[in-house]
Amino acid sequence: MTAATVKKEKKPFNLVKWAKSRKGQQAIIIFAFMVIPLLLLFVFTYLPFGEMVKFSFYKMKYIGKRTYVGWDNYAKVFQREDCFRALKLCLYYIVGALVQLIIALYLATILSFKTKGGNFFKGVMFFPFLISGIAIGFIFKFFYTRGFVFDTVLGWCGFNLENLPYWLKDRSVNNWALAGSSVWRYFGQNMVLFIGAIMSVDAEMYEAAELDGANKFQQFIHIILPSIKTIVTLNIILSITGSLSAFDPPFVITKGGNGTGTYFVIMNKIAHTDQKVGLASAMAVILLLIIFAATILQKVFFKYIFRNSEADDETYDAKKRRKKLEKERKKAMKASAQTIQQKGAR
Amino acid sequence: MAQTAVKKRRKHYSAGAVIWIFVKYLSLVFFAFVALIPLYSCVVTAFKTEAEYNGTNVMTLPQSWLNFDNFIQAWQKANMGRAFINSFIILVCVLAGSIIIGTQLAYVLNRFKFPGNGLIRNLFLFASLLPGIAMQVTVYEIMMSLGFINHLYGYIIMSMGTDIISVYIFIQFMENISVSLDESAIIDGASYFQIYWKIILPLLKPAIVTAMVLKGVGVYNEYYASNLYLQNKDKLGVVATALYTFTGPLGSKYNLICAGVIISMLPALIVFLLCQKQIYSGITSGAVKG
Repeated sequence: MTAATVKKEKKPFNLVKWAKSRKGQQAIIIFAFMVIPLLLLFVFTYLPFGEMVKFSFYKMKYIGKRTYVGWDNYAKVFQREDCFRALKLCLYYIVGALVQLIIALYLATILSFKTKGGNFFKGVMFFPFLISGIAIGFIFKFFYTRGFVFDTVLGWCGFNLENLPYWLKDRSVNNWALAGSSVWRYFGQNMVLFIGAIMSVDAEMYEAAELDGANKFQQFIHIILPSIKTIVTLNIILSITGSLSAFDPPFVITKGGNGTGTYFVIMNKIAHTDQKVGLASAMAVILLLIIFAATILQKVFFKYIFRNSEADDETYDAKKRRKKLEKERKKAMKASAQTIQQKGAR
Repeated sequence: MAQTAVKKRRKHYSAGAVIWIFVKYLSLVFFAFVALIPLYSCVVTAFKTEAEYNGTNVMTLPQSWLNFDNFIQAWQKANMGRAFINSFIILVCVLAGSIIIGTQLAYVLNRFKFPGNGLIRNLFLFASLLPGIAMQVTVYEIMMSLGFINHLYGYIIMSMGTDIISVYIFIQFMENISVSLDESAIIDGASYFQIYWKIILPLLKPAIVTAMVLKGVGVYNEYYASNLYLQNKDKLGVVATALYTFTGPLGSKYNLICAGVIISMLPALIVFLLCQKQIYSGITSGAVKG
């Protein structure tokens, strides 16, 4: 803010009039307010982005000699088994993310109807989102340790400890266990997001549907889902790109051991432990390209959906009007029915 | 007798509705249980003495809820005092900086038409697509050449820069602040800076609180970047990295670890209890645009 006032005083060398005019003032304020954010954006986002693309063609460490190697690093990413296998691990997290979305959608639907203690449940399920990744790491290390929390709970359900695997060591389950911790962390956040979207739907729609005799499932399919499908698809795509860049659970809980190293965990190790900056950059660029592809697909997909929903709009309005009329009719009927029932009850 | 009246009215529910209510509360309780179990076990364990921890199941209640030894030990071993001071300094500076920068940027982008307006918005949008951890490979190199590594100020400056969601929250909110307010202020002879400072900023307060809470929680919980750029853990440890002390030789003393985890979680819990509404609205508005 002081920067702005200083600029105004500095400016008037021989353009005093311009600086005092409205246009001049606009230009000054635009410049003054944009310099810092754009500088930060450039230094910490676009400069590193450019460097990353450049580095991916070099064999180099952070300090020391750099030799140009062309496309070698890219070829290596596909040849090295650890990188390629790591990319496949994201499938566990994609499945986890989809499960998480379904749970979140289900709970959001429940909570958007009148529920006793709704705020309490919402708060409890949301809170994990506010815990730091490292604390969650410790909590789940503890949770999955042999004979500890998870095994105890399964014991309550009748499982025998001897038949249970080592959740973090056994290669057939450890990636599911890690994906599970990520579901635990994010399902409440997804739920809050969906509740927000559902709440923006006109409440009359539900009432009308209920009076029409639609059950909760029908209400969900015909009213809730269509009105929030944009945000749901957005989240499906976000969760896929998020799964590609899964990092926290394996990094903190298992350090990538026992075949749990996801793409970014391997990349992080290559960059900061092995100091193969060029190779790590190539890995990053490849993943970025995949994410961009997913994003562009999303854009295309959305255009298609929006065109469809526009066509639907007319019928949607007509439906609403019809439901409103029907609602009024039913209201009248219900009122008369109630008086009859009350008389009968007495 | 009021109760019987209620019961009678309940009987009017159809069988389907009763099943629905049952299923609804059952699933709510189940998922609340899922959310709470890991936290519950952690709280319970934090109050146990060493002997108790070794001798009892992790889910049993502690003998005494007043056994704060683990918390005291965890606090000292992890140098939590220092960590909280550092985290606090970082939080205050980053929040102040990013709010000022963010509201100014949003003001300019929302109120003025100029060539490049759309381009700049797209630049920020595109930046939000780049996954942070991939970028750290080269951000690290830039931080090194700027001499920002192992300095609080360097970390603070870096953390201020990467904030797109709050800018979007501000722009969205500003769209609802009438331009006629600006215009009447101009007629009264106010400069653009005065309009920003005296009109826009005060009206943005709710959006600022939302953005602050979201950004604050993010900065407070950030451990990857703080681990990378604040390597001198004795002096520059923050709360998120202080927990790292418990790996290695202390790695199996879960009664200590759980106490440390709970200490680190408390500020977030307090903020959550105080600002639930702002957090929820921030999540919703940030996601719709992002």
